[in-house]
Amino acid sequence: MKSLPGDTVTDAKVVRRHRLSTRAWHWLNVVAVFTLLMSGLTIFNAHPRLYWGQYGANPDDPWLRIGATQSGDGYLRIGTIRIDTTGVLGSWQKDGRQVVRAFPHWMTLPAHYNLAEGRKYHFLGAWLLAICGVLYLLWSLVNRHVGRDLLPERGELAPRHLWQDVKNHARLRFPRGEAAVRYNILQKLAYLAVLFVLLPAMVLSGLGMSPTMNASWGWILDLFGGRQSARSVHFIAAMLIVLFILVHLAMVVLAGPVNEIRSMITGRFRIPPEKAS
Amino acid sequence: MTISRRGLITGLGAGLTLGGCQKILETGPADLLATSLDRFTMGAQRLVTPRTALAREYTRAERSPDFRANGSRTADTAEYRQHLAEGFATWRLTVTGLVRQGQSLPLEALRQMPAHTQITRHDCVEGWSAIGEWTGTPLKLILDRAGVLPQARYVLFECADNFGETPYYESIDLIEAYHPQTIMAWRMNGAALPERHGAPLRLRVERQLGYKHAKYVKGIVLTDDLARFGGGKGGFWEDRAGYQWWAGI
Repeated sequence: MKSLPGDTVTDAKVVRRHRLSTRAWHWLNVVAVFTLLMSGLTIFNAHPRLYWGQYGANPDDPWLRIGATQSGDGYLRIGTIRIDTTGVLGSWQKDGRQVVRAFPHWMTLPAHYNLAEGRKYHFLGAWLLAICGVLYLLWSLVNRHVGRDLLPERGELAPRHLWQDVKNHARLRFPRGEAAVRYNILQKLAYLAVLFVLLPAMVLSGLGMSPTMNASWGWILDLFGGRQSARSVHFIAAMLIVLFILVHLAMVVLAGPVNEIRSMITGRFRIPPEKAS
Repeated sequence: MTISRRGLITGLGAGLTLGGCQKILETGPADLLATSLDRFTMGAQRLVTPRTALAREYTRAERSPDFRANGSRTADTAEYRQHLAEGFATWRLTVTGLVRQGQSLPLEALRQMPAHTQITRHDCVEGWSAIGEWTGTPLKLILDRAGVLPQARYVLFECADNFGETPYYESIDLIEAYHPQTIMAWRMNGAALPERHGAPLRLRVERQLGYKHAKYVKGIVLTDDLARFGGGKGGFWEDRAGYQWWAGI
């Protein structure tokens, strides 16, 4: 982490925070993940029901279903819980017309329902995510980004330290000074979970839905317990990624959006000065 | 409501940029990109999938209690109704195109060839799956009987069902055609193939999505060029709605 005295504004220190590989991967992922999420909703709309096990179709019992009643009320049903979602899910308005479909047009890619096009976008996004992801992961192991910046250090996983970090987040007290340059433990755990659990789960459960890959890599089917289970896991993991993105964006806004976003574009990060008290 | 509002804003923000992408992807070069991507996916999947790698087979107890029928549930023509009434006694499967010896096979001839039974999963492009037991004649035996000429590259299936004005058809390449689980099925779950599942004869090509599994098959054509058939993209849904010709994922 070398400081750049020439860039110093006032007395705040500016450091180079994110490597080029991290920055490039971040923005390529923004494109890939949004393409995947939105086209994924289009694909889900083709059959808005999720099952556990090897098979599952209309005559079978889904554990999750988005639908609409005869009278046009939209609903989300999870197990035995039924939530009225009229206007958002199952039944919604577009240009003053009522549309009965699971996810609304403003969330999906393309905006009109077209499964074939949705699949094209999805595979384009999937290849981008997979190729960039593998390159990034290998490079991050080589340049020790994973080892130095992401893996928890000794003592960081101690319950007291974790609890302190939870309290800091709850009080919206973000680290200042040199501590702000390093990831805090909750941040590390979130990034590690996305990198090594959620993204691999997305890719594997996606491949687990491919009949050709089922023939060659049958172990994926066994890992998830069937194709329909893989489809359910694919959806759940995608929703967890949405949750991560929402929290991530909230943290960027709370920690100082200009400084944070600049550090992800140019790599330069202004260290928030220590409080005088 | 704050979360859904934030979700809305995020969605709209992404929608603006992706809306631009959508316009770009509707142009000619983008169509080429989509086709190339399709071929790239096929190449990658073929790279890690041995030619004879088998689709998962299940036990009878694992079958779907009720196997959903999709697409055409009948072939709505007078000719087909006549065949149905006669129990398909005069139905024939023709094999034409790039073959040494064209064939016109009554169902009885197919049933006399060595049959293959498999309990496999049917995966629809929409996302659902159903498991059923299929018995039929391996396509390889039918192709061998006709003698495939060396310049043939694709096997095209002509169907008796019309979707609107256009007859359904599909095509696969020779790797999928010669796969040991690729059969022309005439029995399902221990009974004659039901009307809604494509009686009297349907394709099972187990490493591909459902729309490839042509129903009501009356003709097999060996060809070196898919552009000469239908809309030129190798299948009804490929022509009509831009579905991927490679349906391995």
